[in-house]
Amino acid sequence: MGEVHRGKGGPGRDACRTPRARGDRSRASANGAGLAAAFLMAIAGTHGAAAEGGDPGKGEKLYRSCKSCHEIGANARNGVGPHLDGLFGRAAGSLEGFKYSSAMKELGRNGLVWNEFTLDVYLEKPREFVPGTRMSFRGMRDRDDRLHVIAYLKALSVNAPAGPEAAPVLARAEMGAVAMQLDGDAAYGEYLSSECVTCHQMSGRADGIPSIVGWPKDSFIRALFEYKTNIRSHQVMQNMTVNLGNEEIAALAAYFGALDPQ
Amino acid sequence: MPQLTRRGFSVLAGASAATLAMPYYARAQGKPKAVVIGGGAGGGTAARYMAKDAGDEMDVTLIEANAMYTTCFFSNLYLGGFRTFESITHGYDTLASNYGITVVNAMADMVDRDAKTVALADGSKVPYDRLIVAPGIDLIYDSVPGYSEAAAEIMPHSWKAGPQTQLLKAKLDAIENGQQIVMVAPPNPYRCPPGPYERVSMFAHMLKSKGLNDSKIVIIDPKPKFSKQALFQEGWDKHYPGMIEWYGPDVHGGIVGVDPSTGEVETDLDIFTGDLVNVIPAQKAGMIAAKAGLTNDSGFCPIDPYSMRSKMDENIFVLGDACIAGDMPKSGFSANSQAKVAAMTIRGDLIDARVFPAKYSNTCWSLIETNDGVKVGAQYAPSDEKIASTSKFISQTGEDAAVRQATYEESIGWYEGITTDIFGA
Ligand SMILES: Cc1cc2nc3c(=O)[nH]c(=O)nc-3n(C[C@H](O)[C@H](O)[C@H](O)COP(=O)(O)OP(=O)(O)OC[C@H]3O[C@@H](n4cnc5c(N)ncnc54)[C@H](O)[C@@H]3O)c2cc1C
Ligand code: HEC
Ligand code: HEC
Repeated sequence: MGEVHRGKGGPGRDACRTPRARGDRSRASANGAGLAAAFLMAIAGTHGAAAEGGDPGKGEKLYRSCKSCHEIGANARNGVGPHLDGLFGRAAGSLEGFKYSSAMKELGRNGLVWNEFTLDVYLEKPREFVPGTRMSFRGMRDRDDRLHVIAYLKALSVNAPAGPEAAPVLARAEMGAVAMQLDGDAAYGEYLSSECVTCHQMSGRADGIPSIVGWPKDSFIRALFEYKTNIRSHQVMQNMTVNLGNEEIAALAAYFGALDPQ
Repeated sequence: MPQLTRRGFSVLAGASAATLAMPYYARAQGKPKAVVIGGGAGGGTAARYMAKDAGDEMDVTLIEANAMYTTCFFSNLYLGGFRTFESITHGYDTLASNYGITVVNAMADMVDRDAKTVALADGSKVPYDRLIVAPGIDLIYDSVPGYSEAAAEIMPHSWKAGPQTQLLKAKLDAIENGQQIVMVAPPNPYRCPPGPYERVSMFAHMLKSKGLNDSKIVIIDPKPKFSKQALFQEGWDKHYPGMIEWYGPDVHGGIVGVDPSTGEVETDLDIFTGDLVNVIPAQKAGMIAAKAGLTNDSGFCPIDPYSMRSKMDENIFVLGDACIAGDMPKSGFSANSQAKVAAMTIRGDLIDARVFPAKYSNTCWSLIETNDGVKVGAQYAPSDEKIASTSKFISQTGEDAAVRQATYEESIGWYEGITTDIFGA
């Protein structure tokens, strides 16, 4: 994983300067089936080695800032916020009977699953990670604090497995799963691509902006979802993807995927 | 998404009854004709996309006054010594040879909207079925009293790139320690909102790198605030402390006029004298737009936000700086983005190609000092009222040096991307 972490590191500057070879990319996605791997690769660069080192004892105190809204442990019920029991491996926005924001539900449908990595990003700046979230919590800027809270959540989650309604509906899904299943409309993709080639050259040349032609479909889709959800943060690409739906993303993947770098 | 009616003109699609309705020149060729006036960021892109995507089914003609096009974008970087003049100058050969576009090197003088022809300066006529008008801006010289086209030889505007840019560069390079530069900034709306302030940054970069520490730059601005102000002012304090003074209207009280013979800029407050004076006057759509009756009182051209079609004539589209594009700034990026919507709509009109919902975007980078780049950008969607912004971003003050360097490097990538997208490869 080490090289992969570095590749996706920081605000993606590495990617910008030295676009990685395509081979690298497919290796990375084939590796470690499914969601955990996808998120791991995506976030590890900015968000280090997960909750390791978090202290559940310290986390319990910090959890007080969540308590007014969230219950956790056996028989936990929904309150202002959804209960956090059995949180790990659970798809975002998936509890029956809780009124989530449509943003949270959509991310869940697209494959966002809670784990150390996704929680770390969400809790740091909830509104940036899930624009439109209903959670009125400004975020925890201190990384150690987040690690402690996550360790606490994890400890309780393990002690009290999720109730039946918390079954991880889409837990096996990957970010972008819906788009990956669509047959992208390449003609629509060609039109949409005209917006991209102002920066990304059609020929596959990269002079400061990475090449995006000839990528495998799933890697392409995943990359766009990573920008869309700000897992991979980059102002330009987040802005480019924020209004793209599954259909658009699938269409773009189909069109660019069929181009050969010159 | 509502689409403007675009049928009813498709008589040109080839049936013989329709053929009779066509003027003789169109019949001769048998193909629908798209003509573009202006081979800049908007017109070049539109011509290329129509030719590329319509293949043999359409004739595309590009009418451009100049043989070579120097981009205004990155012309400030040329002033600052980061680019050569050649690297920002492009020709039209590839558009002709690789895309089959007929490039006519001439000034369009008049549009006969009834006959659907464009008259060139030499009197010859170019027929069209659909016309794109993308002439950029014209300068309203007398918006600054005392300024004129002749005065621009002494106090360059350099707001149209080419000889004017080279003149400004020569004057900048001649500045000696202790001499002063004055810029008269333009009122809204004008092309490239952050442009004047990026230019000042490049002036300062030159002064600083040559050790001309006793020289100053004064900006006399008719606007109370400007694009990316916090970012520029932070950058100026950091890189060029004490060198740049910006005066808004509440300080200078109003611009009274300029005097090219003395290098003076008179305001209500005081007279400022520059050894180099860069006057950027108010702007309007390129002359041909008004001559063709496509402008309104603002001096720019109203368009349909869903298609870029002129509100004055359904056979004409107006792109780029010349049009009124709602929330979109007048930029090369915007013009390039609008061109794609117009090109697609015209292919829909003339050869029944698929038409998708319009989408627009813009990003403008500015360089403050070596490796200190900033950006602002947005996505836009059409509404009945205007092209409206749907999401936006801007660089933050206090960003670390690595982010700023990455931003600058991106802008270099973008320049390669967009110029390839306009002029072809
Ligand atoms: C200093 C400066 C910096 C800038 N930096 C940026 C930047 O970083 N990014 C960005 O996106 N934009 C930038 N811009 C803005 C950008 O240059 C313009 O917005 C863009 O060029 C507009 O494109 P256009 O197609 O409307 O007009 P233009 O590019 O001006 O093209 C118009 C063309 O039409 C031709 N023409 C006009 N009338 C006729 C006629 N009657 N017959 C034949 N030909 C005609 C002209 O010769 C010209 O080639 C900058 C501008 C300036 C001045
Ligand atoms: C304004 C310029 C710009 C536009 C327009 C743009 N991009 Fe990007 N794109 C970038 C930059 C810069 C990066 C590198 C970001 C980073 O460092 O993470 C990037 C990165 C990417 C990547 C990841 C590349 C990699 O090597 O990991 C993909 C995929 C991508 N863009 C697709 C698109 C698509 C699809 C579009 C059109 C819908 C688009 N981009 C439009 C500038 C742009
Ligand atoms: C003011 C109330 C409030 C506070 C405080 C709060 N949350 Fe939330 N939380 C919510 C709401 C409401 C939602 C549902 C968000 C949505 O639908 O967009 C939510 C959603 C979540 C989710 C997603 C759950 C799911 O089922 O997808 C997690 C995880 C979460 N919160 C964790 C925390 C943690 C950890 C804290 C403390 C550090 C915290 N929250 C503080 C109200 C709150």
